Amino acid sequence: MIFPALFFYLFAGVCIAAAVMVIAARNPVHSVLFLILAFVNAAALFILLGAEFLAMILIIVYVGAVLVLFLFVVMMLDVDFAQLRQGFMQYLPIGAFLGGILLIELVLVLVSWTIGPDVQRTIATPIPPIASMFNAEALGHVLYTRYVYFFQAAGVVLLIAMIGAIVLTLRHKPHVKRQNIADQIARTKATAIDIVKVRPDQGL
Amino acid sequence: MTIGLGHYLTVAAILFTIGIFGIFLNRKNVIIILMSIELILLAVNVNLVAFSAFLGDLVGQVYALLVLTVAAAESAIGLAILVAYYRNRGSIAVDDINLMKG
Repeated sequence: MIFPALFFYLFAGVCIAAAVMVIAARNPVHSVLFLILAFVNAAALFILLGAEFLAMILIIVYVGAVLVLFLFVVMMLDVDFAQLRQGFMQYLPIGAFLGGILLIELVLVLVSWTIGPDVQRTIATPIPPIASMFNAEALGHVLYTRYVYFFQAAGVVLLIAMIGAIVLTLRHKPHVKRQNIADQIARTKATAIDIVKVRPDQGL
Repeated sequence: MTIGLGHYLTVAAILFTIGIFGIFLNRKNVIIILMSIELILLAVNVNLVAFSAFLGDLVGQVYALLVLTVAAAESAIGLAILVAYYRNRGSIAVDDINLMKG
């Protein structure tokens, strides 16, 4: 049973090191790449925990879409990042102070908590044994039945985010020809057709 | 040597602290602040999945899925605001964002 522990320490160590590099890297492009590394290693930790579906979602949706979006934005904005790094050392003490306090608090919580005795009785949806059902199947069984409203709410959140992002970044250029559907539908026979009566032998 | 719940919670706590620390450290760079928020949400997800696995309850994974959704929406909106802001002002320095005197 040495291998699970070995892999846990490998993935956790790389994940934390990558997270440190995210906030310490000089170039934001490197930051995004280290964030990708951190997320991939977190996905590996999820696999170790038996949450394969979430791990795949993390890689496909997060690394594949969101972080690539980050990468696009970082490369698209032509910003002088060296200037943005001024004050890095200035904020280091206060950041280290607050981070240290937070870490101490978390450690205090971590060493003092215990799982309540009646937790095992109140489990809402127990994980089925891996022999009978895979993780994705089990998750689907509860996500589409018991938590279907939460699932729908997640869809609504994504829809609103999509519309919001489009509205925020859409820009109308003045000299681009575009379709005006309302105008096209509002055309009538009177405005569209001009009937000319041509008399014989005379022309127009 | 078995890996228990405490190990995963430690990893999540360290990730969370790094995220908070990153917000303070890169106060001028909105992109890094957004990435730090992603790290914080990742730490929350590790916590949720670890509890889900060790208590044997699937709800934690369902909730982690929702957190993932909200995090994706948040970063998309944040980056859209960033692009719109850069288009208007030509810079993304946080110090310049003082139009509303907040």
